[in-house]
Amino acid sequence: MNTCTKRIREIASALLEKKEVEKVIGFATGTIPMASNPIVVTSKQDVEKLVFNSTCGLNLANYIRNHKGKIAVIAKGCDARNIVTHVIENQADREKLHIIGVPCSGMIDKNKVASLFKDDIVEFIEDGDTATIKSATKEETINKKDYLRHNCSLCTHKNPVIYDDLACDEGEEQSLEIPYPDVDAIQSLDANAKWQHFQELTKNCIRCYSCRNARPLCYCPTCFVDEAGPQWVGKGQDETDVNTFHFLRAFHCAGRCTDCGACVEACPMDINVRDFTRKLNKDSFELFGWEAGLDTTRRPPLDSYSPDDPNDFIK
Amino acid sequence: MGNLLEHMGIERDRVHFSWISSAEAIKFVDIVKEISEKVRALGPNTKLVKEYNE
Ligand code: SF4
Repeated sequence: MNTCTKRIREIASALLEKKEVEKVIGFATGTIPMASNPIVVTSKQDVEKLVFNSTCGLNLANYIRNHKGKIAVIAKGCDARNIVTHVIENQADREKLHIIGVPCSGMIDKNKVASLFKDDIVEFIEDGDTATIKSATKEETINKKDYLRHNCSLCTHKNPVIYDDLACDEGEEQSLEIPYPDVDAIQSLDANAKWQHFQELTKNCIRCYSCRNARPLCYCPTCFVDEAGPQWVGKGQDETDVNTFHFLRAFHCAGRCTDCGACVEACPMDINVRDFTRKLNKDSFELFGWEAGLDTTRRPPLDSYSPDDPNDFIK
Repeated sequence: MGNLLEHMGIERDRVHFSWISSAEAIKFVDIVKEISEKVRALGPNTKLVKEYNE
């Protein structure tokens, strides 16, 4: 067991024992290798189920809404930023949250790991910076750093921005000379090639909305895609409807997305929907100097007006 | 919004934003002319168009 998991269990157990919180939201080992899933722990016996490793790719900020009592939640860097966004957007009360911050060293890209094997992976065991993975026919040891998810490899906020307890020591943040290489690459294409890129990207989308459900930003009681009167967007596989869904979905996240990667993690068709949202993150940063979820006292750019807002696009 | 559309491959000149008061008839005409010219130069749009089968 890693020290981080041990600390999380100790903290969770103390909180539950003292009845400071009603439940602890964290990660538990999933039923298949490399798939940790969210868990709500309400009793001390179940604290042993909590884990933290590099397969905890979902975002727990998604589960902190609509609780009556006080809850504790495990938060890696991006989860903490989404908790800040929840507080700003009045979806969660900071007073009713006990945040167990976990400085994160990145989540592994399950597809990249799976591509090393021809058959199914049956075991994934981590040991510090390396991981040993087994299938029925072979065994591989990898350096986790080389198999990070794309968003984790570009992460500059691995330490939680707010927390009440810290489960392990903070790590050093990286600073990037080129923070958005993927966006720049798409931007350098001409209009038709850009269009082609996104058509290729979304062509397998089955409109399952897992990306939307995994994302802590999407909490509207009725999403625009589910609305029937008026029906904003067709519900089938028509490519224009698929494009419209992705375009609007992304725009609803403008200035709010923390690039946590939960959307991509959840997509059963391995679609990198971050290609849309990252453009908006880049714009938020370049136009408004804004990165989402860093400060509970500032309103997001599309939610506030300032005379300095860029407005040369209006003629 | 225009930026994201452009990122997806919808040419920037197809989407225009203006603020025109109801008293600014001349500005309205000028802008509509300018937009028409820019869009005409690009030709008909084929992206994000949905065809209905009758
Ligand atoms: S999760 Fe993937 S397949 Fe499902 S709607 Fe999102 S992009 Fe499409």
